[in-house]
Amino acid sequence: MKRLALVLMLLATPLMAVQPDEVLDDPALEERARDLSKGLRCLVCRNESIDESDASLARDLRILLRERLVAGDSDAQAVDFIVARYGEFVLLNPDMRGANWLLWGAGPLMLLLAGGIGFGYARSRSKATSPTEDPLSVEEQARLDDILGR
Amino acid sequence: MAGRVRALYTSPMITEIGHFALILAFGVAIVQTFVPLIGAYKRWPAWMAVAEPAAGAQFALTALAFGALMYAFVVSDFSLSLVVANSHSAKPMLYKISGTWGNHEGSMLLWVLIVTLFGAMAAWFGGNLPPTLRARVLSVQSAIAIAFFAFIIFTSNPFTRLATPPFDGQDLNPLLQDPGLAFHPPFLYLGYVGLSMAFSFAVAALIEGRVDAAWGRWVRPWTLAAWVFLTIGIALGSWWAYYELGWGGFWFWDPVENASFMPWLLAAALLHSAIVVEKRESLKSWTILLAILAFGFSLIGTFIVRSGLLTSVHAFANDPERGVFILIILGFFMGGALILFTLRAGVMEAKGVFGVVSRESALLVNNLLLAVACFVVFVGTMWPLVAEMFFDRKLSVGPPFFNAAFTPFMILLGLFMPIGSVMPWKRASLWKAVYPLRYVFVLAIAVGGLTFAIQTGRSMIGPVGLFLGAWIIMGVIVELVQRTGRGPDRLGRLMRLPRADWGKATAHAGLGVTMAGIAGLTAWTQDDIRVAQINQSWDVGHYTLTLNNVEEIRGPNYLSTMGSLTLAQDGKFVANLSPEKRFYPVAQMPTTEAGIDYNLIRDVYVVIGDQQNNGGWTIRTYIKPLTNWIWIGSALMALGGLLSLTDRRFRVAAGARKTPQPVPAE
Repeated sequence: MKRLALVLMLLATPLMAVQPDEVLDDPALEERARDLSKGLRCLVCRNESIDESDASLARDLRILLRERLVAGDSDAQAVDFIVARYGEFVLLNPDMRGANWLLWGAGPLMLLLAGGIGFGYARSRSKATSPTEDPLSVEEQARLDDILGR
Repeated sequence: MAGRVRALYTSPMITEIGHFALILAFGVAIVQTFVPLIGAYKRWPAWMAVAEPAAGAQFALTALAFGALMYAFVVSDFSLSLVVANSHSAKPMLYKISGTWGNHEGSMLLWVLIVTLFGAMAAWFGGNLPPTLRARVLSVQSAIAIAFFAFIIFTSNPFTRLATPPFDGQDLNPLLQDPGLAFHPPFLYLGYVGLSMAFSFAVAALIEGRVDAAWGRWVRPWTLAAWVFLTIGIALGSWWAYYELGWGGFWFWDPVENASFMPWLLAAALLHSAIVVEKRESLKSWTILLAILAFGFSLIGTFIVRSGLLTSVHAFANDPERGVFILIILGFFMGGALILFTLRAGVMEAKGVFGVVSRESALLVNNLLLAVACFVVFVGTMWPLVAEMFFDRKLSVGPPFFNAAFTPFMILLGLFMPIGSVMPWKRASLWKAVYPLRYVFVLAIAVGGLTFAIQTGRSMIGPVGLFLGAWIIMGVIVELVQRTGRGPDRLGRLMRLPRADWGKATAHAGLGVTMAGIAGLTAWTQDDIRVAQINQSWDVGHYTLTLNNVEEIRGPNYLSTMGSLTLAQDGKFVANLSPEKRFYPVAQMPTTEAGIDYNLIRDVYVVIGDQQNNGGWTIRTYIKPLTNWIWIGSALMALGGLLSLTDRRFRVAAGARKTPQPVPAE
């Protein structure tokens, strides 16, 4: 039983993220590869970059990316190469083309809008005259008397 | 053995009692929703008075149901299909217990248990509320409970039986068999559901047609409690991800993480804006809106985890039908509350008058930044869905987007916080308020500059993070010193400051510590990947690691490959590290257990991988600077919230009930 479990264990162990045999000899190139692969999605995983993923597809993509870099591609060319084959879905960092400006612009635009409203509100509060004293209702007056022991 | 046999005889009975209690609690919830609401409308004291015992009964019945389910997990009653799917007789006791909520059905039962717990707390400690408001709060809270009882009973019943029980269960997901994660969900739910109380108060106040300073004071402790629980829950989850997932990430901007983070941001905004309502009777409609939205985001969080609509590492990945049910609940409560909000806009008129430069405005800026930051997270989380539905683009929005789009708001918040917190109420002069901070600002800039000079590389993340941390923490100190005034006995006055002030100082400093930690970890992590032979040594940063041996070990319900490494610095021994690779045979799943040497300056984090053909082992080593600051800061934030919660002004109201009643002479 124990041996069976051990066999299963060997079969089921995941490949761990970047493997030693994938690492490029040139440290500068390897660093570029690591940076780029943090922005590329492992397509079969749930929400991991290929840099973190254990899946074999992620390993293939890591190797592919390194091959392109070794072949002399610039960062953009290497990423475009992968996007051309796997689609926009592979980019963890969405570009700003088309409707995506809404995504990128959402924060700044909202800040401007909310800031405008907030400033307007603060201005109106500073100009407001102190409200006339809210007279107590009979009920409230009775409760106040009660509390004060009158 | 005898014990187990006896357990199997008594367990079915207990299970049925639990199931029955659940249905009964559903009935009580219906009564508690309608009777007090009508009573408050008609001013019938007897009808309103139903709410209090009903809230207690509802909680007791739900607790009984939850207890019965937990008992079934503890004794491994495999006649329940839920226990079969999520437990195993060989599992350690802690995880048998935590298995109760480590699944969809059980976690929903925990959810509703906490809804009823908060309802009961409001009934027990709400003696100072006006009777009509109290009746309405309890009624709204109970309406939330109805929805979730119905959800559990009709779509996700945890008490479903099997005709022929199997001999053993399928075990809990091994990733969840961890102390950090055992307690992560209960805290998170206490936070999510705690916001239901703020929601109930908001809706009740709208029905009542009255939002005043007292309302601000009543709603604040509940929000504060919810925020503290959320802080602890999120920090536990993040810490777990750090040491368990095997590459030392602490935050992945995953939809489910975002789902817990959005309510946290809004709760933080709400507990600040409630101060303005309480002290200055302004920002009322915004505060009410925040209270509604904060709970709305909690519901969205629950929906995201269970619908399988957005892909996530953590999702329970359940059928869409359940997602639709929660979406209907969400639509009903949000739609209803927002309609009520527009109808009653008139009752939320501001009274306080304040200048553009004032504490009120500063808190407004805090709210703007937190709310817009939450909006950015929301848009980023939902964008893949929107892009696919409306623009026919299948795309991903991952960590690079959030880091770029969210971080600026946190930097602004950190920059602004020390200034905002020393700003006086009503009208202030910006220059006068900022003047006392001049030295610490220069000092903080110096810290940032020094960091930039020392570090290798040109990244601004580390220097900016340490600058913000220093600025916030020293700003807190300046503020505390200011509060002590002039003259003798300043230390005494410092000690006698209200708990709320200490809470504020602690929580703000905590944020500074966390910011510095995140920056340090992000900017200066070093890593090393290699195949190491037994007895081989290698250097990473200033450290030397040696792989001594690798052993096979048998755990209670797993098998483990455990490496033994020595960590040394300049030839001096620092620590032994034992990273493990575990395999859980029942669930057929591997997990990694990192070997970590913790300290305040850095963590050394080692992961062991596969054995290679040449006999060596894959070893990954990381040096992660300032990591623990993230969790120390979170703990400080939670502690600050707790301190604030014990402030006298919240207790005075609660204690008013206990004023000595005339005691009849014996």
